[in-house]
Amino acid sequence: MCTTISDKATVAGSGKGASGWFELDHVYVGYDHPFHAQFDHALSIDFVNEAAGPGSRVAVELDRESARTLANRILATLDLADAYEDGAPS
Amino acid sequence: MVPGDGGDQIHAYFAKPVGDGPFPGMVLFHHMPGWDELYREFTHRFAFHGYLTISPDLYCRDGHGSPDDVAAKVRAAGGVPDDRVVGDSDGCVRFLRSLPSASGKVGLMGTCSGGRHAYLAACRGEPVDAVIDCWGGRVVAGSDDLTEKQPVAPVDYTADLPCPVLGLFGDEDPRPSPADVDALEAALREHDKSYEFHRYPDAGHGFFYHDRPAAYRAAAAVDGWQKVWAFLDRTIG
Repeated sequence: MCTTISDKATVAGSGKGASGWFELDHVYVGYDHPFHAQFDHALSIDFVNEAAGPGSRVAVELDRESARTLANRILATLDLADAYEDGAPS
Repeated sequence: MVPGDGGDQIHAYFAKPVGDGPFPGMVLFHHMPGWDELYREFTHRFAFHGYLTISPDLYCRDGHGSPDDVAAKVRAAGGVPDDRVVGDSDGCVRFLRSLPSASGKVGLMGTCSGGRHAYLAACRGEPVDAVIDCWGGRVVAGSDDLTEKQPVAPVDYTADLPCPVLGLFGDEDPRPSPADVDALEAALREHDKSYEFHRYPDAGHGFFYHDRPAAYRAAAAVDGWQKVWAFLDRTIG
């Protein structure tokens, strides 16, 4: 833990890990040494089911630019989703 | 299993040299990515060089399985408590000294967060005879870096350090940065401690990690390991 940059939130949904699909209850977001990506530091996102143990985890490690792109695309997609759910699309 | 902090039974790798001894001992503190294959290799390597060597799983209470899965959980929780690390270290030091083939001399070593843990445990735990800090992050830390689990920067315990220090650092490392290494060196001088620092200009964080192509620096690693064996031979060998 060389940066102390980490955060977590509760989420609802499903993730697919090494053993198949499972329910998610939390997401961890951090910026620290990656496990696999070949950077000094990476933006990490871990979708987990804490109750099911550490192996119930879907992980990604991104460079900062990729992570910002992802965050922006998620927000843009959510804007469209909100409009759809509000009944705007025909 | 060895007794760790509070008497908890924690997992540890242990390797010993062939023969009756007496052998010095080493406690190896794994890095942030967890109690992984690299640290199993390190444990064997130290034993090959003549040390009774133990590497405790500092994340043992947080679950078991793939090291990175467990480490991700620990990372999200803000790391492990310093007090517990010191207790785990003390359990390992006592275990090594209890062995019939032990010389009684013990050193500590770690890399990354393990370098910080080694320095911390050397200052606060059972008295040891040598400590090796390899690019330990947040040994020198500002107030923004302090947390409930890590409430004091290890550098602030330097007055209590009982043994010589070997430090290996890469100049391209942002944490510890060259300025952080300067600050640690200044503290060691201020308290008249015996230390030996080596800084590698073409290396960053984790230059021993042959399993991480972006971090590994062969020339620095070869030289660094030679510095490790020479330092240990002089202090506890």
